[in-house]
Amino acid sequence: MSLKQFINEAISPWMKQEGPDSDIVMSSRIRLARNFAEHPFPIIAKEDTLSKVLAYFEENFQQTSFRDYKDFELVRMRDLQPVEKRVLVEKHLISPHLAEHSENSATLISQNEQVSIMVNEEDHVRIQLYFPGFQLDKALEQASQLDDWLEEKVDYAFDENRGYLTACPTNVGTGMRASVMMHLPALSMTQQINRMIPAINQLGLVVRGIYGEGSEALGSIFQISNQITLGKSEEDIVEDLHSVVKQLIDQERKARETLMHRSSIRLEDRIFRSYGVLTNSRIIESKEAAKCLSDLRLGIDLGLIDHIPRTILNELVILTQPGFLQQYAETSLSPDERDVRRASLIRERLQLEHKE
Amino acid sequence: MECQECHQRPATVHLTQVVNGQKTEIHVCEQCAKENGYMNYGEEKFSLNDLLSGLFHSEGPSPFKGQSPQTYPKKETLKCPNCGLTYNEFARIGKFGCAVCYETFDDRLNPILRRVHSGNTRHDGKIPKREGGNLHLKKEIEEYKINLRQLIEQEEFEEAAKCRDKIRSLENELHQDEGGEE
Repeated sequence: MSLKQFINEAISPWMKQEGPDSDIVMSSRIRLARNFAEHPFPIIAKEDTLSKVLAYFEENFQQTSFRDYKDFELVRMRDLQPVEKRVLVEKHLISPHLAEHSENSATLISQNEQVSIMVNEEDHVRIQLYFPGFQLDKALEQASQLDDWLEEKVDYAFDENRGYLTACPTNVGTGMRASVMMHLPALSMTQQINRMIPAINQLGLVVRGIYGEGSEALGSIFQISNQITLGKSEEDIVEDLHSVVKQLIDQERKARETLMHRSSIRLEDRIFRSYGVLTNSRIIESKEAAKCLSDLRLGIDLGLIDHIPRTILNELVILTQPGFLQQYAETSLSPDERDVRRASLIRERLQLEHKE
Repeated sequence: MECQECHQRPATVHLTQVVNGQKTEIHVCEQCAKENGYMNYGEEKFSLNDLLSGLFHSEGPSPFKGQSPQTYPKKETLKCPNCGLTYNEFARIGKFGCAVCYETFDDRLNPILRRVHSGNTRHDGKIPKREGGNLHLKKEIEEYKINLRQLIEQEEFEEAAKCRDKIRSLENELHQDEGGEE
């Protein structure tokens, strides 16, 4: 398969689009946790109960469509190879938990891959909806409509006082986790982000580095999400998150301006060095790749590099994960082999831009 | 020294806890230490569950405070009639087993939920269309009542009267609904 073809299939259609504030917010996501009232939750349910839940979904939702979300396809985890599951995890279409509990779990994916409804994850149902850029309100509105659509056929576990009942007490109430993925290179470089995180935490929001171990944020990519799900309405939760993200966007823009103003030659040097590494290296670890891709993306956003599309960061951060590298290589790879493959995939990908 | 829990195996884990100046020593074998949560094993990562179950346990008496070996561990008998999950298991895994668990453990939930959700214990969000039944109506009435209070405070009595009539008609609707169900 050619690289172009591979990328086309690997990257979800919605990821190739830009949304509002796409220079900083990579994606917005709403996740709703729901359960069947009549069945025990997956964590203690017997396999035959889970298979009933799964069969019910297959019967009622396989190949159905809802508005923009067409032709839902039920993908059973047990039908997939480990590397295929890993690829779905790297695309954020399923959680690692779902991949690990494969016997009677599945996901229902819309054709445009914006919606993934996980079945028998920690809860019976987990609805996930993505939008490119900063579009939390729209994501909430549509996720709620999807939820209504499912509720026509599923008797949800709901209690007047506690709200939507979930396996974990941290999700009860709205069952909603709203999150945005942000690229914050200037706030990271100037270390301002470290001072901002505790303040954001105090507002009941969680900031974590994505694609990294522990608190480290690979590629300056951060995920901000709500912690509280009980006692506040969905709209209020999203509004709180929205206002914090808006401020982070403003701060990041200011920090970029300051950097450009005060130390533009240093910044330019850093960006072009990273570009040099990406176009020339023969061995590259994921950590270095993420750092360089983040710099490259900043260079594109600042107009220093103009022949490469912005989506390169989202695209290559995902494509250079172990699962994708192995799928492209069509064989399993040791970490050392992956570093070689990663370097060559990035070089090839950047060359595609030169030809066009 | 023998394990003070099982009185069979030798005690290999020795813990000293000082609470309010009172020193308590615990001598147990590895297995009992693991079962009673005195040890975190390397292979088990410290997860959110552990944090959560820590919260649940802190509701009851602390495992160390004022415990004599004879009375420990305290037996829990609370068990969900639907899925069979006991409160102890719930506290250990940090997860509910089914929707009925919420009723079963209701008496103990408020402090836990308050901790996890910044003091909140009651849902204030979306109500499902079918499952919610007349909750939609109740919520609407609540909202009108809040509105009514505001209007009265602002001395907008004409608007307040309209609002009151609306509440009455919604309440009638609600009563008919409830009557119809019986």
